[in-house]
Amino acid sequence: MQTNTVLSRLLAAVLLPLCLLLCLAAPARAELSLEFSTEGVRQIPIAVLPFAQEDQLGGPLTAVVAADLQRSGFFKPVDTAGVTPLPSDPKQINMADWRARKAEHVLVGSVARLPGGQYEIKFHLVDGATGAVRVALSWTIASSLARATAHRIADVVYENILGERGVFSTKIAYIVRSGGRYGLKVADADAYNEQTVLASKEPIISPRWSPDGTRMAYVTFELKRPVVVVQNLATGNRRIVAKFRGNNSAPAWSPDGHQLAVTLSKDGIAQIYIIDADGSETPRRLMSTHAIDTEPCFAPDGRSILFTSDRGGSPQIYRVPVEGGNAVRLTFSGNYNVSPRFSPDGRKMVYVQQAGPAFRVVLQDLDSGQTQTLTDTTLDESPSFSPNGRMILYATRSGGRGTLALVSADGRVRQKFTTQAGDVYEPAWGPLP
Amino acid sequence: MKKVVLSVTLAALLAACSSTPTKTEAPAKVDEVKVAPKPPAKAETPPPPAAPQAIAPAKPLPEAKVDDSAFPPKGQGGALGQRSIYYAFDVFAVTDEYKPVAEAHAGFLAKHAKAKVTLQGNCDERGSREYNLALGQRRADGVKSLMTLSGASGDQIEVVSFGKEKPAAQGHDEESWAKNRRTDIVYSGE
Repeated sequence: MQTNTVLSRLLAAVLLPLCLLLCLAAPARAELSLEFSTEGVRQIPIAVLPFAQEDQLGGPLTAVVAADLQRSGFFKPVDTAGVTPLPSDPKQINMADWRARKAEHVLVGSVARLPGGQYEIKFHLVDGATGAVRVALSWTIASSLARATAHRIADVVYENILGERGVFSTKIAYIVRSGGRYGLKVADADAYNEQTVLASKEPIISPRWSPDGTRMAYVTFELKRPVVVVQNLATGNRRIVAKFRGNNSAPAWSPDGHQLAVTLSKDGIAQIYIIDADGSETPRRLMSTHAIDTEPCFAPDGRSILFTSDRGGSPQIYRVPVEGGNAVRLTFSGNYNVSPRFSPDGRKMVYVQQAGPAFRVVLQDLDSGQTQTLTDTTLDESPSFSPNGRMILYATRSGGRGTLALVSADGRVRQKFTTQAGDVYEPAWGPLP
Repeated sequence: MKKVVLSVTLAALLAACSSTPTKTEAPAKVDEVKVAPKPPAKAETPPPPAAPQAIAPAKPLPEAKVDDSAFPPKGQGGALGQRSIYYAFDVFAVTDEYKPVAEAHAGFLAKHAKAKVTLQGNCDERGSREYNLALGQRRADGVKSLMTLSGASGDQIEVVSFGKEKPAAQGHDEESWAKNRRTDIVYSGE
């Protein structure tokens, strides 16, 4: 009896908390390294100062802003150590401090808890040379939105200084294959806050965000063959929109979100059809060829479609009006050009080209036909543009694993995601919030 | 060339399956906005961050039914014991080497009206997933044509492509790729 009591006391006092501690500390976290490099890009020095009382948010704020800006490749955070007290308001800034540190911009701010439990975030972006206030904003947020607020602040800074939209508040989708299981995931653009859209024992490919970001179309093999599904992200409700005989795949949203272009093999070889996004109407066949036509991508104006076809004997990229008709071949270099995607302005496309043993991402100007190979990796797949057209997200292999990578449209900024668990592939960049 | 490495932790890929969806927060409000006298870009008010989108796990799809039937013994009996037809890169035609395999199975199907097969087209890992899905379909379709020409009924043959999603060999070299460019013959109930 006594032994039992001692044992159970020991268990209660030591072992249980230890187990709990181990359980809490050990699992559920994996390392994701984010590496980036730039070449010949001027990085604007900016001082991102910790906001006064930001600790009470319970999570990082300005550290996330600085990391976002730095990761874009266009900013270099300036060391803020040694300046005391740190200013939190433009009036408190001693400009000489920041001129000496060559900061071209200074971001200051403060966090204040409001009676209702929300927080007031005030911040100012100040010109480092003149002291002029470029941005003054104040937001009321819930503390759970600290990271989202940091991304939004980075967006404001980025747009104010560079004159184009930032994409720090966007989301990405991708597939993870690990231990014979597949997951369709959605995460913030910096890979935080990963959430599962679909977990399956069967493969999943080709996730595509609806233009408003509320739905996801993808190809699932759950029914032992590929079918196209549209899932409402908020409810998890799914609708099979293409389950014809043979393969159903390669969904692409029309810009208005009402239609999907899909590849079906119901009439024989893989061909492109237009269907309603709710799967109701009879599919309209876009063209009739005796070759593989697949990987449709709507132009941003909705008037034409890029696609891959081997009608010329090898897979090449073509463009066809959305009503069908004559397709024009766009790629002539190499025997394997696949997976075309329009830039947001519709003037360029990215695709994957085979060059010897390597498969690399190529950018092509649609007016001039001029091309540029953007990557130096070897098994690239599935490139797509960021919503501001600045970056291209693609899948590649690194360290024996499938991983995601980013390259700027001018080829000068590169980022690589690496993970210790499984293969990551089929990335898709979500729309601007 | 500058190179910087940041290390960040990510709420795990591993634990993702057990994670619960984020609760939707009430939308945040703009309190007060002041814009600098000379804004360099446009003077629109940037909105505060919206509540993160709730993401619910997928609901199940209806399952497909499977019925059992006849099949020849695997791994013995020459061509009939073989279940795979192999290809070169970006090629979909059945070579003379593998025609006897398709013909033998067509003969079996012709003699066993109840027997059914699924032809599963597969590709190696290089290149586009979607193009490979279409190529795998074309490979399996080619085997089906050969089988129906050799006496099998089209009703006995289902065709599916797995593209490059179900490699037989997991390596990243020509030896593995050669094993992955294949059409598998899978009997119903086998």
